[in-house]
Amino acid sequence: MLDGLRNLALGFWTVLRHASQPPTTIPYPEVKRELPPAFRGRHRLYRHEDGLERCIGCELCAGACPSSAIYVLAADNDPAHPVSTGERYAEIYEINMIRCIFCGYCEEACPVDAIRLGPEYELADFERRDFVYTKEMLLDPEKYAPKRQYHADVDQKDPELRREIPEDEDLGEVYRRHVPLGVPPEDRPRA
Amino acid sequence: MTTLLGQIVGSLIIIVALLMGMAYMTWFERRVISRLQVRIGPNRVGPGGLMQPIADALKLFFKEDVRLSMSDRWLYPLAPGISLVAALAVFAVIPVGPTITIGGRSIDLIVQDMPVAVLYLIGASSIGVYGVVLGGWSSGSKYSLLGSLRGSAQVVSYELALGLALVGVVLVSGTMSVAQIVDQQSHLIPYVILQPLGFLVYFTAAVAETNRAPFDLPEAEQELVAGYHTEYSGFRFAMYYIAEYVNLLTVSAIAATLFFGGWLGPFNLLNGPWWLLIKMAVFAFVFVWLRATLPRLRYDQLMRLCWGLLLPLGLLNLLVTALLVVFFSRGG
Repeated sequence: MLDGLRNLALGFWTVLRHASQPPTTIPYPEVKRELPPAFRGRHRLYRHEDGLERCIGCELCAGACPSSAIYVLAADNDPAHPVSTGERYAEIYEINMIRCIFCGYCEEACPVDAIRLGPEYELADFERRDFVYTKEMLLDPEKYAPKRQYHADVDQKDPELRREIPEDEDLGEVYRRHVPLGVPPEDRPRA
Repeated sequence: MTTLLGQIVGSLIIIVALLMGMAYMTWFERRVISRLQVRIGPNRVGPGGLMQPIADALKLFFKEDVRLSMSDRWLYPLAPGISLVAALAVFAVIPVGPTITIGGRSIDLIVQDMPVAVLYLIGASSIGVYGVVLGGWSSGSKYSLLGSLRGSAQVVSYELALGLALVGVVLVSGTMSVAQIVDQQSHLIPYVILQPLGFLVYFTAAVAETNRAPFDLPEAEQELVAGYHTEYSGFRFAMYYIAEYVNLLTVSAIAATLFFGGWLGPFNLLNGPWWLLIKMAVFAFVFVWLRATLPRLRYDQLMRLCWGLLLPLGLLNLLVTALLVVFFSRGG
């Protein structure tokens, strides 16, 4: 009986003592947590120091991707004006960010360290097609990534920085191939 | 005629104050429990989240009032009203301050004192259980029914302990009028010193009576979705919600009035309604503290606590109090 009362008092005191600790939660959009160094966020494509793209269009990332979110179309480099250091380069490089699960297999698969997962994680947008990131967007994260953030209460929408996509614009192979599972096979577009 | 008008005005003031108090009780509870759980709590709407209750009320007001095809046609919409009215009615006999004089007329700061006010307190607060029982039963849902069964068993059991604890105060003071009980504490000490056991029994039973943690079995969300108000939505749900918090404020006020001298300051310093508010706020904090600390009791533990501990303690308290009262009144 007395022991029980003592334990009860101890429990009440423990709860009260917790009120003196600073909160472990943060007011999110204003305050952001420091990310761990190996955080897997939005992808980035890298260039060599001379400006040539690292990506050689080998499609190993697309093969490694467990959710088939990457589409690469390779083309031969023009020896006079090469785009990448290798024999070939990626003419089209698209990632469907809705499908991506941020597992990081693409960066593990890449033989030339062209793709890496960066620190940006605020990737909300309004249109489904805006989630297909093109090579330009992946190569230039400073231009595209931080400015494409939307929050429910801290809206950073800047019309000048938004990439306007016309209704009839080609959305890219990745998006076309990714039909929701509810669509019967005969209605799916040929890959 | 003037007294009737005075009662209507007094009732309206008390009801508005209770509804406002209840709204800010939800804010207070959420902020305090957040700090106890090392969180921040609602701080988005208004400075420090102070407009949050208004946002919540607006949200509930504009939500759809869902009527189930299985629900009872008349009792289902009526039940939340019973809970709310019963919760609001209890406060009528609680004096919020001394008699004041405005423009040559003396006004008692109480809606209606009566010679059997303590009886009225217990009676009115037990009417609230009809809202729980009828609401759960008339919803036509198994979760609601189970919640209301638990609620009725719990409230009926704990009412005995609650009543016994108050009888101790009535014996000591020799009156059932709440206003006179407060008056007696002005030239005597607060009754919590004479009735410490009675106060503990009362407070435990009061937590159970308001269906709050750790006695929130009627709305145990892990097992019963939301218990007796599972099938309610919109403003009818809000009425149950308001009733719960008004009950919390009311039992805090009763504890403050009957055991801690109500609007009397310590040693009659600066007597006035603010003392009642301060005491109620302390009790409200204790309610939140309880909720943050204790896990919910199992049903058998709940019943054993009531019938095996609180009721014998209440009877013992009653017996000792009665003997002492007889002894001292003979001697004096």
